[in-house]
Amino acid sequence: MNQTHIEARHLRKSYGSLVAVQDVSFGVRRGQCFGLLGPNGAGKTTTIEMMEGVITPSAGEVLFDGQPLTRDQHHKIGIQFQNTSLQDFLTVRECLNLFASLSKKTRSIDELIGLCTLEEFLERDNRKLSGGQRQRLMLALALINDPELVFLDEPTTGLDPQARRNLWSLVGKIKAEGKSVILTTHYMEEAYELCDEIAIMDTGLIIAQGKPQDLLRQYFEGQYIDIPNADLNSSLPDSFGLQFQRKQNSVEFHVPDVKAALAQFIQRDISLNRMSVRTATLEDLFIHLTGRELRE
Amino acid sequence: MKRFFALLHARNQEFLRDRGSLSWSLLFPFLIVIGFSFAFSGTNQDIFKVALHRQISQNEQAKTQAEEFLSTKFIQFVDVSTIEPALEKLKRHQFDMVLELGNSPQYWVNSSSPKGYLLEKIISTNLAGQPVSITRGEVSGREIRYVDWLLAGLLSMNVMFGSLFGVGYVIVRYRKAGVLRRIKTTSVTAFEFLAAQVASRLMLMMITCAIVLVGCKFLADVQILGSYIHLLAALLIGSLCMISLALIVAARISSEELAGGLLNLLSWPMMLFSGVWFSLEGTNPILQKIAQIFPLTHLVDATRAIVTEGATLADVSAPLTLMVALSAVFIALSSWLFKWE
Repeated sequence: MNQTHIEARHLRKSYGSLVAVQDVSFGVRRGQCFGLLGPNGAGKTTTIEMMEGVITPSAGEVLFDGQPLTRDQHHKIGIQFQNTSLQDFLTVRECLNLFASLSKKTRSIDELIGLCTLEEFLERDNRKLSGGQRQRLMLALALINDPELVFLDEPTTGLDPQARRNLWSLVGKIKAEGKSVILTTHYMEEAYELCDEIAIMDTGLIIAQGKPQDLLRQYFEGQYIDIPNADLNSSLPDSFGLQFQRKQNSVEFHVPDVKAALAQFIQRDISLNRMSVRTATLEDLFIHLTGRELRE
Repeated sequence: MKRFFALLHARNQEFLRDRGSLSWSLLFPFLIVIGFSFAFSGTNQDIFKVALHRQISQNEQAKTQAEEFLSTKFIQFVDVSTIEPALEKLKRHQFDMVLELGNSPQYWVNSSSPKGYLLEKIISTNLAGQPVSITRGEVSGREIRYVDWLLAGLLSMNVMFGSLFGVGYVIVRYRKAGVLRRIKTTSVTAFEFLAAQVASRLMLMMITCAIVLVGCKFLADVQILGSYIHLLAALLIGSLCMISLALIVAARISSEELAGGLLNLLSWPMMLFSGVWFSLEGTNPILQKIAQIFPLTHLVDATRAIVTEGATLADVSAPLTLMVALSAVFIALSSWLFKWE
């Protein structure tokens, strides 16, 4: 199951003088969940829309099962767009029936209703759904043709934490069915939770790629210790000989050895009651690579 | 076909559940018919309308004699090339008199027309003691009221607005909202999608027209001399022509404002200058020529002939054939131009 399912080769997309994607190449293995991360405007959506066949690349090619992607292979792909509407006045059930009729191959609608937990609002006008309900419907529509590969473009943007967790669990079920998934997100914790491999994009280029843990190991050593300003007494952060970052109400030290750092804090009589220790995250990685916050 | 019928069904559901649009589609023509029937119930038109047929051979004496009558105020003279169609219109009170000028002048009036009676008094006063005598002729026939005459124009106009905006605007809205993008990723072809939109609108326009027709008959007792089926068939062809025109407008653009502007640019001149509200007979010849480029002019000609003259589809085959040809051109052009996004 290690063969490449879909591959982007030197994809480029420009609109006049504006270059949305400069040169992007990566492959996704069958059954893998691949995440494209980056801030707004990084070129994530343009990249996956070229891979979906929705927009034509200015240069480069997309291979599906080793062959150039054609319209004949579209029925093997399911897409959840970032911004898309459905026909007005149709209920959730009618939308499912409509799109089932438009597909060559169809998955059982009852099964999809169960998978995406749509039972509660099946007879509701699709325009009157909450954000989470709407995303679940859109995901069901992306799966209606029982695709081998599913594209999810920022599936949880704008959702509350609970709705986001629900959707993560749904993506987990899709992965469990053995489908390949490509998702874009600007939530690092989402990528960490769902993706087997990630690529971080910025200004139309991939700036880092690999398994989340491997990337963090590659770029970071040690832990982060956060101590409130008030607990530091009169000690200046730069007197510890450690890397640090000032935050609004605290100082975050980047320490290669937690035990040694704690010993130093204790020696200086610094209270550790409100201290917190964490490992590096993908958010830290993005800041490390670009010098910017992810959601800037 | 499964995909076509699924899209057709979805579009029909969308339209039928959109209470605002549905009510307006049905109410608009009723309101105009009722309004005009009320406005013109007592007076009809306030000038006399005389069809004038001039024979080439006309002696000087007759010519001078005729000039006097032709200079009478408040009479609109409409030149006609042949007498028979003018007499048909006289029967339906669309002319108040038909006058043939020549060496042996002749006039006809409708025995049941009060205006004809008054015109006859004017002409006899005018000609009293004149050397050239004029022969009187008479026809009879039920009056076609303005509201009867207007009905064909209103139905045609309703078809025009319903078809142009009902398809053109909806496709642009679909494109803007991303509905087309979603459909594009399915197995649906552009032809299947467009065919379903056209079929849905044709069905809905015919149902709307039938309801409006029955409603007008009931509310304003409109007189339809031709076959209802022929009238609906002509409206169907007209609707196809207008929908095809709308498809060109909607082929690429994704701005509802631009679509609205373009559709208004197309529909308003047609509404004003295609003979919906007033007959083009007797208007500026340049206007009459310009009106021929509007599909609505041909639709109004065909439907009005069916309503007011009892014409059959064969009788109005010329405008109908032209509209079918225009539809074919418009559909070919829009298929070539169409983009999902």
